[in-house]
Amino acid sequence: MAVLVRIPTQLRSLTGGQGEIHIEGATVGEVLRGLEVSNPGIGERIFDESGKLRRFVNVFLAEEDVRFLDGLETSVKEGQVISVIPAVAGG
Amino acid sequence: MSNILGLKCRECSRSFPAEALHVCDYCFGPLEVVYDYEKIKSSISRESIKKGPNTIWRYRDLLPVDDDNPVDLGAGFTPLVRADRLGSTLGIKNLWIKDDTRNPTGSFKDRVVSVALTRARQLGFKIAACASTGNLANSVAAHSARAGMESFVFIPSNLEVAKIVTTAVYGGSVIAVEGSYDDVNRLCAELASEKPSWAFVNVNVRPYYAEGSKTLAFEVAEQLNFELPDHVVVPIASGSQLTKIDKGFKEFYEVGLLSEEKQVRVSGAQALGCSPVATAFASNADYIKPVKPDTIAKSLAIGNPADGYYALEVARNSGGVIDAVSDDDILDGIRLLAKTEGIFAETAGGVTIATLVRLANNGTIKSDETVVAFVTGHGLKTVEALAPNTGASVTIPPTLEAFEESLEQLKRD
Repeated sequence: MAVLVRIPTQLRSLTGGQGEIHIEGATVGEVLRGLEVSNPGIGERIFDESGKLRRFVNVFLAEEDVRFLDGLETSVKEGQVISVIPAVAGG
Repeated sequence: MSNILGLKCRECSRSFPAEALHVCDYCFGPLEVVYDYEKIKSSISRESIKKGPNTIWRYRDLLPVDDDNPVDLGAGFTPLVRADRLGSTLGIKNLWIKDDTRNPTGSFKDRVVSVALTRARQLGFKIAACASTGNLANSVAAHSARAGMESFVFIPSNLEVAKIVTTAVYGGSVIAVEGSYDDVNRLCAELASEKPSWAFVNVNVRPYYAEGSKTLAFEVAEQLNFELPDHVVVPIASGSQLTKIDKGFKEFYEVGLLSEEKQVRVSGAQALGCSPVATAFASNADYIKPVKPDTIAKSLAIGNPADGYYALEVARNSGGVIDAVSDDDILDGIRLLAKTEGIFAETAGGVTIATLVRLANNGTIKSDETVVAFVTGHGLKTVEALAPNTGASVTIPPTLEAFEESLEQLKRD
């Protein structure tokens, strides 16, 4: 399953400036871990030492916060969009 | 510029220059302004403050932007009203209301926006933007007009009519987004990456913006004759205001304006229909679970609060609590404040007052504490919430007899 991952400015130094990357994977977690293969260093920015999402990283699948779905286990469908977004905004 | 040293990540302490950055590019933690407190201490005094303008800019030494001509509509230095009638109803001997309905666009947001746009202009931005539940929209549109900046204000499309009209009138672009505030906020967080020449006040200039809320604490301390209250009750949306009020009290001591150090108890107020921080507090959790808001208190309807963790920390460390109240309680809170003190608050103010009532009734607030409740937005913004049950007492034909008759009836009611 190939999905499009939107990369925030803060991580674009690790993606050669790219704001959108296509990655294969069956779940949100697989896709995000897959980012590390083509963009070394990006994994530790998204995940903490125990492999959980860092507490100020929000992930959305098709505009829905994955915490309202099955988190990193949420299945993805071909062509869906995942956005990685800093949690600190708004208010 | 002179009083600030840069920005620092609140989570991992990495340093960053004082630019339009809001997030640590390593761990995504929020960036905070770092001040040169020694320098500020040598220049600030009670006298220097008293000589300043009757606005937030009297505290410019402790704000993250130095500009002789700020983007200013007169935000701040709002009345701290002694609330004896409400206090005696609740059994609180020293109760004060910080009446922040009295700002240029009717809410505390004028404080943060005045700071944010002054800093944005200094950094060279020509376009202002924000994600808003309404109050911020009003304020960004108005201050942008004042500064001659273009503005793009993003709001949930189901917002109160009054808040849309009072934003659109200033002439900027108002973008109504089909979704909740959290959807609007996510959109703006993504847009901030794509539109680096726009100053999103609560995204890329958020570290400066958020500092504006400290002025609420500065004013309360000054208005209490440079003493701190014992306990404050503050509404929570993102949690930023509550954490900055706590910070403001601490800074006033840090720079030598107070004679003694004191931990003010900081309690937070949420609506039950959007209470992720109150829920975490009640269950003693470290994790804040986002919610889908459903409450009349739309200005507090943030289901995924950015500063929720820090608000939780402040309440716990200060001996405060975080509580939540129902929509009916919110309406009763609005009426109670209006009836006893003549102050008309929006629904967020109803949340504060209803929570104050709960905390007084359950003994969390002690009767001899000096208490300040923050009422941060004007009731005219949310009249729809009250309109169904708040109207004319009686309708009569224009005759003396009809009036006398109705008077009898009113007395009976």
